[in-house]
Amino acid sequence: MRVRRLAAWTALPLAVTLGLAACGSGGDGGSGSSDPNAAVSIQIGEPQHLVPTNTTETSGSQVLAGLFSPLVDYDAQNKPYEVAAESVTSPDNKVWTIKLKDGFTFHNGEKVTSEDYINAWNYGAYAPNGQGGAYFFEKIAGYQDLQGEKPKAQTMSGLKKVDDLTFTVTLSEPYIDFKTMLGYNAFFPLPDAAFSAPGVLKDSYEQAPIGQGPFKMKGTWQHDSKIDVERYDAYPGEKPKVKGVEFRVYQQLSAAYADVLGDNLDVLPTIPTESLSNAPTDLGDRYQTSPMSSFQFLAFPTFDKAYSNPDVRKAISMAIDRDEITKSVFKGSQDPARSFVSPVLPGYRENTAGAAGQFNPTEAKKLYQAAGGPSKIVISYNGDGGHKDWVDATANQLKANLGVEVVGSAEPKFADLLTKVEKKQPVGVFRMGWVMDYPTMEDYLGPLYSTNGSSNYYGYSNPEFDRLVKEGSAAKTQDEAIAKYQQAEDILAKDMPVIPLRFGENVFGHSSKVKNVEMDLFQRVNLVKIEAAS
Amino acid sequence: MFRYILRRLLQMVLAFFGTTLIVYALMFAGQGDPIQALAGERPVTAAQRAYLTEKYHLDATGVGGFFYRYFDYVRSLLQGDLGQSLTGRQIGDILQAAWPVTLKLALIALAVAILVGVTAGVVAGIRRASIFDNSTLVLTLLVLGIPTIVLAPLAQYFLGVKWQLFPPTAGSQPTFYALLLPGIVLGSLSLATALRLTRTSVAENLRADYVRTARSKGLVKRRIVTVHVLRNSLIPVITFLGVELGNLMSGAIITEGVFNIPGVGFNLFRGIRTEDGPLVVGIVSVLVVVYLVSNLVVDVLYAVLDPRIRYE
Repeated sequence: MRVRRLAAWTALPLAVTLGLAACGSGGDGGSGSSDPNAAVSIQIGEPQHLVPTNTTETSGSQVLAGLFSPLVDYDAQNKPYEVAAESVTSPDNKVWTIKLKDGFTFHNGEKVTSEDYINAWNYGAYAPNGQGGAYFFEKIAGYQDLQGEKPKAQTMSGLKKVDDLTFTVTLSEPYIDFKTMLGYNAFFPLPDAAFSAPGVLKDSYEQAPIGQGPFKMKGTWQHDSKIDVERYDAYPGEKPKVKGVEFRVYQQLSAAYADVLGDNLDVLPTIPTESLSNAPTDLGDRYQTSPMSSFQFLAFPTFDKAYSNPDVRKAISMAIDRDEITKSVFKGSQDPARSFVSPVLPGYRENTAGAAGQFNPTEAKKLYQAAGGPSKIVISYNGDGGHKDWVDATANQLKANLGVEVVGSAEPKFADLLTKVEKKQPVGVFRMGWVMDYPTMEDYLGPLYSTNGSSNYYGYSNPEFDRLVKEGSAAKTQDEAIAKYQQAEDILAKDMPVIPLRFGENVFGHSSKVKNVEMDLFQRVNLVKIEAAS
Repeated sequence: MFRYILRRLLQMVLAFFGTTLIVYALMFAGQGDPIQALAGERPVTAAQRAYLTEKYHLDATGVGGFFYRYFDYVRSLLQGDLGQSLTGRQIGDILQAAWPVTLKLALIALAVAILVGVTAGVVAGIRRASIFDNSTLVLTLLVLGIPTIVLAPLAQYFLGVKWQLFPPTAGSQPTFYALLLPGIVLGSLSLATALRLTRTSVAENLRADYVRTARSKGLVKRRIVTVHVLRNSLIPVITFLGVELGNLMSGAIITEGVFNIPGVGFNLFRGIRTEDGPLVVGIVSVLVVVYLVSNLVVDVLYAVLDPRIRYE
């Protein structure tokens, strides 16, 4: 499944540290009234796709967040609450009944019905459509029939219409977090107007997607340039405070940063790394941070026997001073990680890695030598993602604290790194990142550490762990599920299959022309909260 | 002359297919896993991998696979179809959107290079070893020494952000004014080279026999310089500028990135980063045509400038 939005990070520009003097243009944060007739501009990269089931990167997701309204969204505790859904219920976590709120219409006037959801999901799951978000539907009964080159069926047997505003979803096995999952954009509905025939999407749909959200398209998608949306007045939910939004495409974050400084762009969701040290003075209180779900770690391929002893991995972990690296390399824009799941999740506990997460060079060296760790450690990373600085810093710390040779080794792209890992070529330790799709512990434990996890490239496998995660997702109540997940996480602390390094934050900036800029856990600007300062 | 141009045009066809073959082969050889590159760090589902593999014949590998894919590409190219990029957009559409803005930028850069570079070069050539000559010498040395990757962000920061003389970025439908700063930055390197070339050429020609003759005939200096010296001095400059036009259109990757201009360089950079073979080959094919045409124009201009040069 999904290491997803970190892909956007690989677009970080060449790190030209110019060391420019501070600009010193202070802003006037949240004061003054707002102008409901103004439009605001937000930086995005060129989206790859704008079909909900094919959109898996941040830029597309940001645009869709304006055009569509999700079934559920997440509250301050990151628990789901209904938005376009009236209720999402299940007696057994297997058969889910979704009731839609009345009054939602698509931007072309069509009323939103349960069929619009069923059609959209079937389209997304049907393998020949090649949709990037298809895996979101794999828990639904009948998903397998839509796979392969010549699928047996065009529709999933688990989706049943009850009436115009109600439908049921039968899963192949109980899944407690299904409701949480529904917040993802793959679960948006598609209007009849999107299809030229049942199950066949019009080519033109993607150029001007019709949704049921707070904003509608203004014109079409202007590739490499911008996407304009304007307020949809018939939207029954929370009304946006601005008239429209211009999503402006930038290839380099540094260009967007210059535009924010010049008040030429309103919101920059990610401050480029090379500007991190200047940004607080450049932007004043318009430089902001908020929690985000990204998780950076070092992984040990199991085919490399040099690291097969857990004590070796623990010793390496103990020899890394995370606080120092987040401070000096990331200027506090990321937080040290000592657990295996992100702090934004319900069920997160601090320091689950225990002693292995604490910096202790003397103990680390003793443990490393006792466990017979290798005399040379290689840390592989992708050279296009701005990782060199922290990898070098980590290598230096390990060299000093363990007394062995440590080198960083760059592969051109993440894809090249993965190819090497898959071919079991010696890569040493390699870096990985993860951003969640929806806020549950299972979205970390399943894909990253389960035997069949989609991003478990390193091959970690522990039957006990798999069993606990499975029991957790089949649990009756959330509390029960979280208890199981936490037991599973405790196993990770013993086995140490990966070394947690850092949790990310949204580090964003905005112009003096907007206020109330909020960002969610998925690196998206909250489009109904943002206001234009007047 | 007509036969010469016709012969050149025929050669161009050969050169065009030769270069696309080479570019296609290079992209083919250097290709790792374009599907994973497109997805970044996100795992790719089996269904999506199968879909893209089939659509772009990515399973055709080896020498046989290469020729299969190359001839497939050429066949659709001859029908005027540049194919689709890996994100499903028509490459023809991408180029159609990207060329005008890059062309505008290149022309501004070229105009800057000609207006400032050639004029200052002539002045410096006439007044050799003067303060003007020496200061332009130092200035051009400085410009030649600073790579665009430093010059562009610096110009953006000071002129765009700090003093707010220009908009910091240009965007996709830029006004002439918004393109001026990126144009100057882009043109500064050619400007420096053009200036140096003109200066040397003018200085040399001023010592030529025909100038002495003209002077002894009593011609006014202005006429000697503008008609006789300048015309003869421009040949190396024209050669340089002709090639430079091609460079400006393809080589604006950095400038277009810094000033957020979605032109050719911008798309080329993205194509290379995401291993988007069809996109890169499409852009390069068109660039090849630009180079070939600008070379032909330069060669024809020689004959205009210097009557001694004749083409058969």
